Amino acid sequence: MDKRTEMHRRERRRYVIGYGGSLLLTLAVFAIAYYFGIETKGVYLTIGLLGLAQLIVQLVYFLHIDRRRSSREDLDLVLFSTMVLLIIILGTVWILGNLAIRMHMHVM
Amino acid sequence: MTSTDSGFFGRLNWDAFPIAGLIQNPNTNEIVANAAAGIVIVGVVAVLGLLTWFRLWGPLWRDWLTSADHKKIGIMYIVFAIVMLARGVLEGVVMRAQQAAGPGDGFLEAEHFAELFSTHGTIMIFFVAVPFVFGVANFLVPLMIGARDVAFPVMNQISLGLTVSAGMMLMVSLVVGEFSTGGWTAYPPYTGAAFNPGVGPDYWIWAIVVSGIGTTLTGINFAVTIYKLRAPGMKFMRLPMYCWTIICSSILIIFAMPPLGVAALLLAADRYLDFHFFTNDLGGNMMNYANLFWLFGHPEVYLLVLPAYGIYSEVFATFSAKRLYGYNSLVIATMSIAVLSFTVWLHHFFTMGQSALINAVFGIATMLIAIPTGVKVYDWMATLWRGRIRFSVPMLYGLAFLMLFVIGGLSGVILANPTVDYQVHNTLFLVAHFHNVLLPGVLFGLLAGYNYWFPKAFGFRLNEFWGRVTVVLWTVGFMLTFLPLYFVGLMGMPRRSYSWEDPSFHPYMIVAVLGALVILAALLSVLVQLWVSIRDREKTRVPVGDPWDARTLEWSIPAPPPPYNFAIIPNVTDRDNFAAAKERGDAYPTPDEYEDIVMPRNTSIGFILCVVSGIWMFALVWWIWWLAALMTVLIILSIIVWSFDTETEEVITAEQVRKDHEAWLAIVHSAAAVDRDHETAPENRGLARPDLEAVT
Amino acid sequence: MRRAPSHSYPGLNLGEDHASAHKSSEVVTFGFWVFLMSDLVYFGLMFAIYITMIDAQAGGPGPHELFDLKSIFAQTLILLTSSLTVGLAMLALKYNLPRARIVLWFGVTLVLGISFLVLEIRDFMAMAEQGGIPQRSGFLSAFYGLVPLHGLHVAAGCLWLIVLGIQLRVMGMTDLVISRVMRLALFWHFLDLIWIGIITIVYFGGLTYG
Repeated sequence: MDKRTEMHRRERRRYVIGYGGSLLLTLAVFAIAYYFGIETKGVYLTIGLLGLAQLIVQLVYFLHIDRRRSSREDLDLVLFSTMVLLIIILGTVWILGNLAIRMHMHVM
Repeated sequence: MTSTDSGFFGRLNWDAFPIAGLIQNPNTNEIVANAAAGIVIVGVVAVLGLLTWFRLWGPLWRDWLTSADHKKIGIMYIVFAIVMLARGVLEGVVMRAQQAAGPGDGFLEAEHFAELFSTHGTIMIFFVAVPFVFGVANFLVPLMIGARDVAFPVMNQISLGLTVSAGMMLMVSLVVGEFSTGGWTAYPPYTGAAFNPGVGPDYWIWAIVVSGIGTTLTGINFAVTIYKLRAPGMKFMRLPMYCWTIICSSILIIFAMPPLGVAALLLAADRYLDFHFFTNDLGGNMMNYANLFWLFGHPEVYLLVLPAYGIYSEVFATFSAKRLYGYNSLVIATMSIAVLSFTVWLHHFFTMGQSALINAVFGIATMLIAIPTGVKVYDWMATLWRGRIRFSVPMLYGLAFLMLFVIGGLSGVILANPTVDYQVHNTLFLVAHFHNVLLPGVLFGLLAGYNYWFPKAFGFRLNEFWGRVTVVLWTVGFMLTFLPLYFVGLMGMPRRSYSWEDPSFHPYMIVAVLGALVILAALLSVLVQLWVSIRDREKTRVPVGDPWDARTLEWSIPAPPPPYNFAIIPNVTDRDNFAAAKERGDAYPTPDEYEDIVMPRNTSIGFILCVVSGIWMFALVWWIWWLAALMTVLIILSIIVWSFDTETEEVITAEQVRKDHEAWLAIVHSAAAVDRDHETAPENRGLARPDLEAVT
Repeated sequence: MRRAPSHSYPGLNLGEDHASAHKSSEVVTFGFWVFLMSDLVYFGLMFAIYITMIDAQAGGPGPHELFDLKSIFAQTLILLTSSLTVGLAMLALKYNLPRARIVLWFGVTLVLGISFLVLEIRDFMAMAEQGGIPQRSGFLSAFYGLVPLHGLHVAAGCLWLIVLGIQLRVMGMTDLVISRVMRLALFWHFLDLIWIGIITIVYFGGLTYG
């Protein structure tokens, strides 16, 4: 019984840490947007990196994706999906961005 | 948009039926359209009549429509695919006849010809190739990996239901309204509301969306099945090659069907809700559609051809009486093709206007695919090398494949060069190329598999003579029909043209239509073979289950297999586990004890969703909004109600399993082993005398 | 197979208390993960389309006129908190906490999910008042193709939550229901991940590059 309570506490703490971390990152993003405005690429890069950090925090603390052996197959699945997704998204943006330039779209 | 002010039947009215056109304007074009509609109606009435006459409604419902057995679902997929294949081939013949009737306009109107090539492509890809490939996979994968069913048997049934109801939309479009004229790719803005306000593109959209959902669920099902349900000891590197190709194919489905769904649904948003994704005005961009469609379209062709490669791998190994040569390299090649197929989609629109750099990158990526494919071809040839080859029907398909597919593949390498592609794109050269990979590649593979595994599924062999006739007809028909198209393509004849003027095309068109007739004969010959085989089935029974001296697990069980497949789940110790067991002489062990087997119970959810989603699509196509809303609610409700059902499994008692298994073992022990020279003789009851010399 | 029996659960572990649920739900949950990855591609493509259409405003209203960051901030906090509460609901079930606790966290999650949807719909209505309707431009079509798609997922999650609540009452804490609750939690966390993508790319990206 004691062991279970202990495990419960540990798992709950995991959620709370994940929540706290995500909350902090969210607040940071909106604070940056509020104080610096969202006009420059530097600001956007910072926001983007904080967003990426939050993705990782939630994957680890909410979805329990990590390098433990037991969740290896999930990690593999997520990594493979990420690879396909990157090919698709970057390819699309590359191709259509190039087409937009070459066809002088949106210059009205 | 006028889509909001439609009445009780939406935009459906009397003019939607082709007979109205015939009455107003009787000509050849209308007669062909009405004949097609007539065939559908007569076919449906005939099937319903026969079912009633032979009192088959009960067995059909109990044994098939509500079954969650992967083997039966697989067989239903294949029956559906062959029905659709018949329509697709007929349309092909009509199209070749139209072009052979030139120079000039032929006997069909332009719109009608456009409908033909649109339905032909849509049917052949989505409702012949996909269901045939996954019908075979459904039947085989659990048997090959030593499992009792797929991971999600009910979801499997739902996949079938959705695929069939989407296919039925294409049949309905023959009788009510018309199908899209936008080709199987349905490029906007041509298929947008501004140019095509009719129902045609809507039929295409909903058939694609619904069958796409069905296919995605299938992909998930098979990936999980192979990943999680393998028999003890079956490590990944002991999987039969066929299962490797199915796992790659499933991965392709999982990641490549969403782009198709997105493309079709955004087109629907444009057409129904006046969005501007692909329109000409207000910032729409039709190039986005081409990009989305081929993000799906390229992996699609590999998800079709990889399982065919898998079938050939099994066929070559068995009928050469050898271990498959270069197993590891074949696995790596299959995986490489799967991954590479996500990096080449742009070669379908080299001419859209992007920079030479981008074209070059995707052109090179495309050519790279020839490397793993070449590895495969060499591995297959090395498997044949010094094997004890039997020229059985599947083997003949395999040999035709090896020679013809290489031509098709090489013409693909030619097209992968953007500068060449600029010259021949949108010509019949392209049509020749993809038929050259899809017929000898996918279709021959599936037919080889059909001949190879038919005795496993039904317990008797198919007729050899008619099988050979069929092979010859398909091969000759294919060559006559499609090889001339390479030449007219290079001469500049555009694809999809209902009329043409240059007289130098004429001889090629004549040869092509003769070839199309040979293909029609090949299709009939498939049916004749089936009929003759059923008639003579008592002489070709193979109850023991191993008529070909084959190598993988599915041959170690009775033919046809019991509902639970394996009385005892096998313990796998070798890659060709059954061949190894035969070599050791313990292929048919007597188990010490049996246990109760839990199997999924029959359920009608798949059939319900099939019907409801069919009505849903029809309502959307014809703007019958109240019906569409009602069906949406019904779909959600039926899934929720089904989720409350907890009695989803039934138990087959150990006693029953023991009785069945011992009866079969008695047949095994009483049968005479047959050597390979008497493979096609009546004494082949499915017990093979292993050719020990050749095994080593 | 070759994995250790405990902790082999993808995503969330049931623990030893529910051994029978554990085995069958391992396969189902892995299948659900695969489904989520397929769904992820849907979202990924809509993101890609949004990026390519960010300039296609065709003279209509753009991000600066339409986006209300205060409301987005509130929605973000609500969704993040609901991700925590759905996790706590799952833990309450897993560790056999009193029924009241399970009901509490289920209820809080549902309320948060619905409030998120209410705020989102209010945003859309405010945008429509300024002419920000999907029929106006390619940019707005792309926006309305992506953000409401996420909203639709949240709505489906809410419906699922209600159905599971009923099933918990009718069918009790059976292995089947518990395994479904774990999958719902997985789904909910997944939607929160997508939302991070939406605020980063749709809202902040739109404001930077639009």
